[in-house]
Amino acid sequence: MKEKKIVVDAIGDTCPIPVVKTKKAIGQLGGSGTVVVYVDNEIAVQNLSKMAVQKGYQIRSEKQNDQKYMVLLHVDADAAADHAAEEEPLTCSAKVSRDLVVAVSSSMMGEGDAELGRVLMKGFLYALTQQDILPKTILFYNSGAFLTCGESDTVSDLKQLEAEGVEILTCGTCLNHYHLTDQLKVGGVTNMYAIAEKMTGAGFVIKP
Amino acid sequence: MGENSLFCKSGGCTAKLGAGLLGHVLEKIPRPAYDKNLLVGYDSKDDAAVYQVTDNLAIVQTLDFFPPMVSDPYLFGQIAAANALSDIYAMGGEVKSALNIVCFPEQEDLNILGEILRGGAEKVTEAGGILAGGHSICDHEIKYGLSVMGTVSPERIYKNNGGQIGDQLILTKKLGVGIVCTADRVGEASKESVDEAVESMTMLNKYAAKLCGGYRIHACTDVTGFGFLGHLHEMMAGNVSCRIDSSKILTIRGAFGCAEEFLLTAAGQKNRNHTAAFVKFEGVAFAMEEILFDPQTSGGLLIAVDKRDADALLRKFTEAGIPASLVGEILEKQENEILVF
Repeated sequence: MKEKKIVVDAIGDTCPIPVVKTKKAIGQLGGSGTVVVYVDNEIAVQNLSKMAVQKGYQIRSEKQNDQKYMVLLHVDADAAADHAAEEEPLTCSAKVSRDLVVAVSSSMMGEGDAELGRVLMKGFLYALTQQDILPKTILFYNSGAFLTCGESDTVSDLKQLEAEGVEILTCGTCLNHYHLTDQLKVGGVTNMYAIAEKMTGAGFVIKP
Repeated sequence: MGENSLFCKSGGCTAKLGAGLLGHVLEKIPRPAYDKNLLVGYDSKDDAAVYQVTDNLAIVQTLDFFPPMVSDPYLFGQIAAANALSDIYAMGGEVKSALNIVCFPEQEDLNILGEILRGGAEKVTEAGGILAGGHSICDHEIKYGLSVMGTVSPERIYKNNGGQIGDQLILTKKLGVGIVCTADRVGEASKESVDEAVESMTMLNKYAAKLCGGYRIHACTDVTGFGFLGHLHEMMAGNVSCRIDSSKILTIRGAFGCAEEFLLTAAGQKNRNHTAAFVKFEGVAFAMEEILFDPQTSGGLLIAVDKRDADALLRKFTEAGIPASLVGEILEKQENEILVF
């Protein structure tokens, strides 16, 4: 079945009207689907991004020219419901550090033999589950996106971390690039705004 | 409100230019020659200028004007005036005289202008000042405000960056008026919320400022377009840090819910872009973050008061019916300039 798609023209609208129009369109989807929003300024893109991150929608944006930005919001009704359910417990796990962020930029750990690198990364993520203090957030981007997708032991380790209150986020642009969007198995989708925010807001960033 | 209602596109302090943009431009303008009588001017980020005229007298000069943020012209006049007068109070001064600043479309109903000016004049009178004239030009959009002159004793000037380690931070108005007015613009704010926001915006900071006399006030600023965190960041001035207890922040009714519905201004996001790098949030809800970045029109005073005077001053505010709250304290410089928990 083809998913619903609604186009919203918010060119010339001042904030919060682009968000209001987008929310209305998401309501009209009545479930999963895509809303394409056109706005004329970067700040409106950022305000849409904040909503998407909070609601657990996938978001991608593209500057078409100085006065035209296209924002793609993908609503996965199940994922959004999961996101809402997960929001609360995130802050209340005693094991979760308040300011530690792990940034996974590759499916491999270290440089050298690719196969060894993949084994090491798998071992690292398992070892994380065994730590007394867990990171607040684990970010996956570039080929790191493969780790939250598909079938692997790593996915179950990550699900365990998520159950213990660790926020698992994968870069939406990266999922798109590697055609993994439909295969995400654990955690939410995020964007560069949120990734930068998580990193700059972190006390420590660990990059395996 | 009927026919005499204003169209609000992006009004009040949400219409302010972003701090980053402004700083970039101001940096390139040559500094005027040094004048020892200019006590507060370009070098600090204060909104007003203070010029010493005799040994024990300085004048405070300020101006502020913006497009409507409420549709009732009379209330808009009151709010714009209260906002402009506030800069004098934030400096510790007394209002003496004011001049109207008016932009008004030629074909627009002049009764609207009359109502705006009536609201503004009432606030100048309430402030104890004299409305002495003004200047008006044709423009396609309505804008109104005041240029205000006040006086202050040179020893009693409140700078916005004089906060000392251990000082307690008191905020004298609730936050969230920007979000509520924005929500109102798209028909999503309740009447109760809008009424509370209007009451807050029309309240002069005169009463809070008056109560500060006799206490050891080390820094004071009024919270306006750059939002609570933006003005707090200016107060830290790169010298000190602070921690803010978000549970002590009082908010306009409905503001939290509107923020949860993402009824957010562009100016709020600009404030976030400008200030977020200096702020660390620990377990603070998204909606509260937005309220802390929300541009305030005619916001309250943010006061850094000596620890020994904080409780007494807070009690005075509370007795006078001012919605003040002790929201945090100044610390020696930390890795994160502003910690909000």
